[in-house]
Amino acid sequence: MLDIKQIYNFEWKFLGVILLISGIGILTIFSATYGFAPHSTPYYQKQLYWIAIGLMFLFLAATIDYHTIVKYAYVIYAVTIILLIVVLIKGRTGLGAQRWLSLGLFSFQPSELAKIAMIILLARYFSDKKIKTGFGMKDMILPATLLLIPVGLILKQPDLGTALLLSFIFLMIILIAGIRMKTILTTLFVCILTIPFIAHFFWGMLKGYQKNRILAFFDPEMDPQGIGYHIIQSKIAIGSGGLFGKGLLQGTQNKLKFIPEKHTDFIFSVFAEEWGFIGAFILLTIYLVLILWGITIAYKAKDREGALLAAGVVCMLSFYLIVNVGMTAGIMPVVGIPLPLMSYGGTSIITTMVALGLLINVKMRRLLLFY
Amino acid sequence: MLEHQEDLNDLQRRFPILIVFVILTFLILVIRIGYLQLIMSGYFRELSESNRLRSLPIEPYRGLIFDRNGELLAHNVPGFHLSVILEDLKNKESTIKRVAELIGISEKDINARLAARKDTYPFAPVRIKENISRKEMAVIEANKLDIPGVVIEAVSRREYRHGNMASHLLGYVGEITQAQLDNFEDDSVYPGITVGQDGIEKTHDPILRGTAGYKQVEVDAYGHEMNVFGVREPVRGNDIYLAIDVNLQRIAEDALGNESGAVVAIDTTNGDILVMASHPTYDHNLLSKRLYAKEWEALVNDPSKPLNNRAIQGVYPPGSVFKIVTAAAAVEAGTSAPEDKIFCKGGLQFGRRFYRDWKAAGHGSVALHRAIVESCDVYFYNAGIKLGVDRIADYAFRLGLGSQTGIDLPSEKAGLIPTTTWKLSAKRGEWIAGETLSIAIGQGYVLTTPVQLAMLISSVANSGVRYQPNTVWAVKNRLNGEKYRFPPAEIGRVEIKEETFQILKNALRGVVNEQGGTGGIARSAIAEIGGKTGTAQVVALKPNISKELLKEKRFKDHALFVAFAPVSEPKIAVAVIVEHGGKGSAAAAPIAKKVIEGHLKNVGH
Repeated sequence: MLDIKQIYNFEWKFLGVILLISGIGILTIFSATYGFAPHSTPYYQKQLYWIAIGLMFLFLAATIDYHTIVKYAYVIYAVTIILLIVVLIKGRTGLGAQRWLSLGLFSFQPSELAKIAMIILLARYFSDKKIKTGFGMKDMILPATLLLIPVGLILKQPDLGTALLLSFIFLMIILIAGIRMKTILTTLFVCILTIPFIAHFFWGMLKGYQKNRILAFFDPEMDPQGIGYHIIQSKIAIGSGGLFGKGLLQGTQNKLKFIPEKHTDFIFSVFAEEWGFIGAFILLTIYLVLILWGITIAYKAKDREGALLAAGVVCMLSFYLIVNVGMTAGIMPVVGIPLPLMSYGGTSIITTMVALGLLINVKMRRLLLFY
Repeated sequence: MLEHQEDLNDLQRRFPILIVFVILTFLILVIRIGYLQLIMSGYFRELSESNRLRSLPIEPYRGLIFDRNGELLAHNVPGFHLSVILEDLKNKESTIKRVAELIGISEKDINARLAARKDTYPFAPVRIKENISRKEMAVIEANKLDIPGVVIEAVSRREYRHGNMASHLLGYVGEITQAQLDNFEDDSVYPGITVGQDGIEKTHDPILRGTAGYKQVEVDAYGHEMNVFGVREPVRGNDIYLAIDVNLQRIAEDALGNESGAVVAIDTTNGDILVMASHPTYDHNLLSKRLYAKEWEALVNDPSKPLNNRAIQGVYPPGSVFKIVTAAAAVEAGTSAPEDKIFCKGGLQFGRRFYRDWKAAGHGSVALHRAIVESCDVYFYNAGIKLGVDRIADYAFRLGLGSQTGIDLPSEKAGLIPTTTWKLSAKRGEWIAGETLSIAIGQGYVLTTPVQLAMLISSVANSGVRYQPNTVWAVKNRLNGEKYRFPPAEIGRVEIKEETFQILKNALRGVVNEQGGTGGIARSAIAEIGGKTGTAQVVALKPNISKELLKEKRFKDHALFVAFAPVSEPKIAVAVIVEHGGKGSAAAAPIAKKVIEGHLKNVGH
């Protein structure tokens, strides 16, 4: 299972891109939190530790043969579901949502584990059945049920962003794994019929602040001091950056606390204010390179498990990117999705690192040597 | 050896879905960011500037008010306002409810204040109660944690050091109203600045107010000041030295006591207002706090009308004081020679009505001098009949009645001097000859203000020289400490001959100093005082009011007295009115005497 020789196949250049984004992230966190005397270790320093810990997770996720991981897909899934139930019963509440599970020294969010578990589970399910002509309606029943259980539990916390992410990964994976045209049409028909009901059901599950955030997305000027505030201030930050930006530590929107949650969810606003369109374009391009690289890995994967696993990770990263950056730019609702590798926070860093580790894992074992 | 790759063609065939999705995502984001940062950047940069830069007004130090001798009357002390920062309220309703409980203002009042918030800037405090007491402050401080968003603002508060004394003259201050704000085109004032709302504080607000300063600050999202870029210091207001003499004012107010009425004393040599008292007074310290609707209503609806400055806004029939005017007219017009006598038998039958003299027994045979001294009504009925109303009015106007004196105080009343044309237009009727008899003795339609009467007697004392009455003795420039003294402004000479004035002055001296004079009570050992009593009927004797009712105070006549002294070289002129004081000689004359004596002792007669 562990093979020291795999080290030669490790994707060092890919890791380089990961470290580049992480570095930009630390610099931006440094700027975002500059001048606010912290009572403990400064955020950028803590982020450095999280990246170090994240890298250990990345190596771990890369070394354990993904075939082994995929083999235990259902076990991992079951554990995740149990943890999600536990967190609902006795979890720590943060920012109006019950997401955290205390593990003595640190807390963690089972919903993060659910993202990885869902990718692994879907890779397993759709590689088990080697249907080349596309999946039918019957084949969708089990995975759809397996999706809806965690989605329901996560919505109950409530964590709209993660629930949407899981559904998005599911949709993309079945599209890539292959689905019959007839099934797509049937699904669409069923969806159209049930959407009002489901929407109503989900709307009822949302907490007040989430409803407000979604409403504010449609009309930010509705209450400039209240719920639309985040979006307006973030747009001002990005827009006032202009072509060249205001320079490192010069972002006034950031420095004067007009940007909310500036070192976590709105880190892109801080970056775009200080580095302008040139900086934002370069940053987005680096992300594009990372994701396209991931697609290449999926394309060239040795087997179906690997391809689907890598595709799942790519979908997750793409979703993060468009929802987070779209949110800061005012074209996506504020649902609390971090910018991968840049937003401050151990949980998001570790999840992303594990997912990227799985990508490297697939790449490394593409050209497996037998002795 | 390479493991054979699984056949993944079907899977790889579908990868373009993913690639297209990713590229599209990238393009959408780049286009959106580009739109914000390249096309809209100017707009957002402006928003970002206005976000962080704020111009905060600095209240100028309001000028002090002294009396002519340098006695401090109004100054500024630290005050505390209770305010709400709407953006910081956690739960608006419960917070308002709690604050209402704590300091005893109604929730309705608080909500009204919050709703009337002027559009300023985010996190601007909205005042809900001005000048809270130390006790209220302690209560708020103790419950601070329950009411986030409620703050105490430290400000400068106006304090009047002599309680209600001269409250109408000084006036009061208050937050600038929208209408007042609209009068300014520059930024010397700002919403929330304190300006004068009545009295001197109002008319001389431009002298006292000063100029607002401004502080350019960088603020964070919570309105906290981060950096100060520039400060334009406020310019403090100039101090005013009033013409009044506090000691004299106190004598007048003490003498008025609990009676309603007014006292006006003028320096005949220059028009300075030495005393201006109006009773009942109002609490200008309280009024400067900005009252709630209920308190304000109570003041406005108070039947004793404490908000009225009776000295300039109270209009009264002058009664026999007006005989000075009728006498002047008769002598000047030559309708009655001073030495011509008439016989008074206690009344005069004119037309179908018997016009009574105040002295039922009659004055006997009197010429002008004795007619004034004894205030013989019948003499002036006759004089009035000969003159006609328009000629009386002509001399009344010459002596300054019927129009504002132009004193530097707000809302002065003009009073009323009736003429035939006035009656035609205002009453739509012909003048009735009998009405002239009433006018001749200062009853009927004639209405005058105490300040007009003071100016009337001052003009007579000065033999026709009229000075603009003014309340300000000097202004002290705050910047260089120099005092600027306003020179007396002569506003004209009454077109009446010197000899006529001599006759009048001699008669007025007689009122106080001769045997049988109606103003004998004002006779002074210090100086020779000249004066004239007056009794203004509150109700014309109507048969439908019972005798019992007539004994009630509210139906008693107003007592008037005008005086000047010393007769030989006049220095001061005084007008006194005591509402429902009965006879002018008894109620009003002693007050005038006290004021005159007080002044003459002071100036070293």
